[in-house]
Amino acid sequence: MTLATAKKRSGTGSPEGAPRAGVMDHGAWFLVLPALLPILVLSVGPLLYGISLAFTDSQSGRTEPTEWIGLLNFQDLLHDTLFWDSFRIGLLWAVGVTVPQFVLALGLALLLNQNLRFRWLARSLAIIPWAMPEVVVGIMWRLVYNPDAGILNETIRDLGLGDGRDWLTGIGSALPAVIVVGVWAGMPQTTVALLAGLQNVPRELHEAAEVDGAGAWRRFRTVTWPALKPIALAITALNFIWNFNSFALVYVLTNGGPGGRTRLPMLFAYEEAFRYGQFGYAAAMGCVMVALISVLLAVYLVGRLRGGEQR
Amino acid sequence: MSRRTSRPARAGQYLALLAYLVFLAFPFLWLISTSFKPARELGSLHPTWIPNDPTLANYRQAFDEQPLLEAAGNSLIAALSASVVAVVIATPMAYVMARHRTLLARAATGWVVVSQAFPFVLVIIPLFLVLKNLHLINSLPGLIMVYVVWALPFALWMLVGYVRAVPTELEEAAAVDGASKLRTLVSVTAPLLAPGIVATALFAFITAWNEFFFALVLLKTPEKQTLPVVLTHFLGAEGAADLGPLAAAAFLATLPSLVVFAIIQKRITGGMLAGAVKG
Repeated sequence: MTLATAKKRSGTGSPEGAPRAGVMDHGAWFLVLPALLPILVLSVGPLLYGISLAFTDSQSGRTEPTEWIGLLNFQDLLHDTLFWDSFRIGLLWAVGVTVPQFVLALGLALLLNQNLRFRWLARSLAIIPWAMPEVVVGIMWRLVYNPDAGILNETIRDLGLGDGRDWLTGIGSALPAVIVVGVWAGMPQTTVALLAGLQNVPRELHEAAEVDGAGAWRRFRTVTWPALKPIALAITALNFIWNFNSFALVYVLTNGGPGGRTRLPMLFAYEEAFRYGQFGYAAAMGCVMVALISVLLAVYLVGRLRGGEQR
Repeated sequence: MSRRTSRPARAGQYLALLAYLVFLAFPFLWLISTSFKPARELGSLHPTWIPNDPTLANYRQAFDEQPLLEAAGNSLIAALSASVVAVVIATPMAYVMARHRTLLARAATGWVVVSQAFPFVLVIIPLFLVLKNLHLINSLPGLIMVYVVWALPFALWMLVGYVRAVPTELEEAAAVDGASKLRTLVSVTAPLLAPGIVATALFAFITAWNEFFFALVLLKTPEKQTLPVVLTHFLGAEGAADLGPLAAAAFLATLPSLVVFAIIQKRITGGMLAGAVKG
């Protein structure tokens, strides 16, 4: 069924008809409404409202009425070097987390797909970071990174590699340290998704390739990867978005410090909105973030899909 | 294929698996270890994996310093109500999305995908303003409303997968027997969906129990705040002194999520797969 016919039919809205003929009867509306109303009122509505706020001078606790100011927020944003610093950090963080996350998760998924002993243990442990509140993940890694009582510096001292350092407050080390935590926290979802994808890999093809004398790497390239690719693309794209928009982890680990070195765009916008009360300006930031990330993702996905066709 | 793996390769695989296990488990073990260490030990420069002098003092102190029980109560109310409401309203909608191919069903699927991509900032500012007008700031009902809508995309995604797994023939047979739409849904489809509905509700429970950002923005006073927000109060400004209670409280806050997750682990994986493959 094409979109066009679906539109036409639901437009005419004949009340009777078979359920799968593309028509919603009254019963179906009755089923949809309880979820549709909250979605419209608390998700779609606020989203549109939020976008419109970006074109106003809305502020918290102001007595004068809010006014339309056109593109002024966006003009200001263009010259706001702090925001672009933050945006750059956000990109570094999102790529820095998403890529290792994918590579490590792929490795783990391939291992878990083998007939290894203790696989159950690994499967259960791999889930832990997923189940944990992000705040707890942040707290936990603060304990690991703690300069005195942390296990990381103690291990470094034990190995005779010096005294270690204060990872989360060092200008150079804060962002990498935070990225490691991001990778750790996001690995489970990626692993589970890839593991699910691996179930789709045709086993017979694998065996045939093996009989033909293909090595492990060749088998991965020619049999496993093509079957896995759609899920791999989807999960990296989603991970990139989630990571770019992440908040709680870094809020707890460094709160954007030291000197803004880990101030992700979400932290920046949060402060702008709820510490300084600049609702309109923060909403403009949100719009810019969505727009730029969508463009980047579109380029990435189109590039990947094309690359697949050529091969 | 695994039967033929050579011995050195197999050894390498176990080594890699061990490395993963260590990487995944050590921060959590360190958290547990820290939570049982007396303040004296936490101040020393050579921390050990096993506390030399294990104590429960940190746990007692954690409850003294912050209203953890109240916070856990708030979290429980918020997560429980949000997950129940989300599943109750999502199930009928997921049914329609799975069985009817109308424009609305497509639009809903589109919303599920798009809602993943929007930064919360763009949604939270208007929500904050709206809830403020309704005097629902700093109140659990306000937070619960936000959580319900926030849990819906994933709930719909999973439930659509579960509905598709129920054969339509069963429903058609009930219709032939003269059962109404609603009747069919309640007495034929729902029982078959029950395990999936429970798994979805539990997953929604965990995400709401763990949620931080909305709670941080919407709840202002400590007696209203949920557990993740209260946990951040332990961090203080530069306080290295309170590591023990911090670790103890963080460990306790994780337990419910871990228990629930252990129960639904298999179903979550299956549900994601079902939604992904057939969706």
